[in-house]
Amino acid sequence: MRVAVFATCLVDALFPDVGKAVVRLLRRLDQDVEVPLRQTCCGQMHVNGGYPREALPLVRNHVEAFLEYDAIVLPSGSCAAAIRHQHADIAREYGDGVLVEGAELVARHTYELSEFLVDVLGVTDVGAYFPHRVTYHPTCHSLRLLRVGDRPLQLLRQVRGLELAELPDATSCCGFGGTFAIKNADVSTAMLADKMAGVLATRAEVCTACDSSCLMHIGGGLSRLNTGVRTVHLAEILAS
Amino acid sequence: MTGPLSGAPFPEAARKALADTQLRRNLARATSTIRAKSAAVVEELPDWAALREAGAAIKDDVLANLDRYLVQLEEQVAVRGGTVHWARDADEANRIVTRLVRRTGETSVVKVKSMATHEIGLNEALAHAGIAAYETDLAELILQLGHDTPSHILVPAIHRNRAEIREIFLREMRDVDRSLTDEPAALAEAARRYLRRQFLSASVAISGANFAVAETGTLAVVESEGNGRMCLTLPRTLITVMGIEKLIPTWRDLEVFLQLLPRSSTGERMNPYTSMWAGAIEGQEFHLVLLDNGRTATLADPRGRSALRCIRCSACLNVCPVYERTGGHAYGSVYPGPIGAVLSPQLTGVAHNTSLPFASSLCGACYDVCPVAIDIPSMLVHLRAEAVEAKGRTPERAAMAAAAWTMADSTRWSRALRSARLGRLLGGRRALPPPLSAWVRSRDLPEPPRHTFRDWWANQR
Repeated sequence: MRVAVFATCLVDALFPDVGKAVVRLLRRLDQDVEVPLRQTCCGQMHVNGGYPREALPLVRNHVEAFLEYDAIVLPSGSCAAAIRHQHADIAREYGDGVLVEGAELVARHTYELSEFLVDVLGVTDVGAYFPHRVTYHPTCHSLRLLRVGDRPLQLLRQVRGLELAELPDATSCCGFGGTFAIKNADVSTAMLADKMAGVLATRAEVCTACDSSCLMHIGGGLSRLNTGVRTVHLAEILAS
Repeated sequence: MTGPLSGAPFPEAARKALADTQLRRNLARATSTIRAKSAAVVEELPDWAALREAGAAIKDDVLANLDRYLVQLEEQVAVRGGTVHWARDADEANRIVTRLVRRTGETSVVKVKSMATHEIGLNEALAHAGIAAYETDLAELILQLGHDTPSHILVPAIHRNRAEIREIFLREMRDVDRSLTDEPAALAEAARRYLRRQFLSASVAISGANFAVAETGTLAVVESEGNGRMCLTLPRTLITVMGIEKLIPTWRDLEVFLQLLPRSSTGERMNPYTSMWAGAIEGQEFHLVLLDNGRTATLADPRGRSALRCIRCSACLNVCPVYERTGGHAYGSVYPGPIGAVLSPQLTGVAHNTSLPFASSLCGACYDVCPVAIDIPSMLVHLRAEAVEAKGRTPERAAMAAAAWTMADSTRWSRALRSARLGRLLGGRRALPPPLSAWVRSRDLPEPPRHTFRDWWANQR
């Protein structure tokens, strides 16, 4: 099985440690991972922002970068959902038949990290050690578009030293929402305030999730208020 | 309000609503209560998924064969002594209703709660013609007395609490008992006494409809208070204004919707009152006004038409994290919340409100609870593209095009990352140029990393 890591543009640019953690974790689980450097971005920001036509070259580049792999693993529920639910549609609308086929194939081989670990590799104990009190926020796209269910929690429960605290009102959106965080910054912040209140109520020192984007938003708020709570991507906990 | 859309763009209107602490508390309490009730009664039905699929399929059949079903409905209503009128838009519908009321010689009417009549601004049109319209639904009455507009489809006065309602009643009901308390039973009794006079003196009633059965010409209104039934039965003339998408093909199809609707809307297994009538009963007159008002244009869009499946249950409003914090008025539209954000721009044309499709974090909670499986998030994304088209050339468009050009090629992308990293060293964690500056109003930026992921990979290999 040829396994590729798609870091996502956000991790590539701002959270390289998350990408490194994915590589380290998969290697520890005996996977010979590759990082095709042709990769850039899934194009979700363009599609969801109202620029589907502009997303076409991004979809094409992504398909060409990953077409030859049997499994493409990424540390983002949101980008995985875009690849699975948007790429073929964009190809159909603005591209050509070959691209549609390629997009469908890549989509079938695409796994969000917790899906790959639990469903493909069949592991929940990845040999991690993380001696901290942690709460888990199920990101909307991993929850409602990918339906990852409790896979991330199954993985977290096996981490040595980790004390898992249940997040109140966990399934409500944190308010990130891509460009929503900018265009509707006030509503986004009101949602963030409630999410932070939930996180603080758990008395956890770490809030984790499957998406660096939502974590950047939650973590940015927690940092602004000097709450003493930080955000750590699931991959980083599992690679510890 | 004459059209469904008015006022400031959503982000601006939302800012005002967010600062209203009483509104925030009223909304949070009300939506979380209905949400929990509804989730519990949906959960207990083992065949909910099948019901939901059936509801979507029946509505899709109606939309695909609307021409045939509408004519069938007209025939069936006419055979049973009713008269059907066709209204292309709000103005035409208002003219028809005004003419019908004038013909009776009356100068006042009683009203059953109806979104369609809000959509066309009927009360205002009637007032203009010297006809007073009295709302009889308790929440609508509160709004009318308070000179207010609905902020929710099902519970239009959701933004008011009982202390505020008491004040409105004391101020506006002339002979109300001055010792009125804010106990729900006391408020309901005051409304009952006030409304009883209207019911007994009214000879014309105006209603909307939840469903219309093409096969039998049956109209249906579901409600909780029984005030609707008073209007539907007592007056000599009944005028019903109904959006053309409210059709269902057969009597049996009601079985599906009478399960889906109450569980999704009020969180009840069954609604207290279900009134059904076909045509006119002896000694009474019945008029049915079929309203298009942008619906056939919506039907023409393959990606937008499933919004017409909507049965106005408002489950999507109750689970929406945006609606829960801003309330309905911020949407500047008769239909607020997630369904309003897809329906209103379609009914009026997206160009008339380009901010509504963006009033969502795309969290998907609305799609999960929709009893007729309207994929609201995907539709919002589709409408965003139309909004962008309608706005033409903007700085945002140029920036997005540049970003796409850069990101479509890994060489250009890594070059851009390198120069951005140099820039970041100067910016710090709380500074960004506009429009990105909105980010740092409430959120710090992450620590800039020493290298990119791709550089790390290239080096360690």
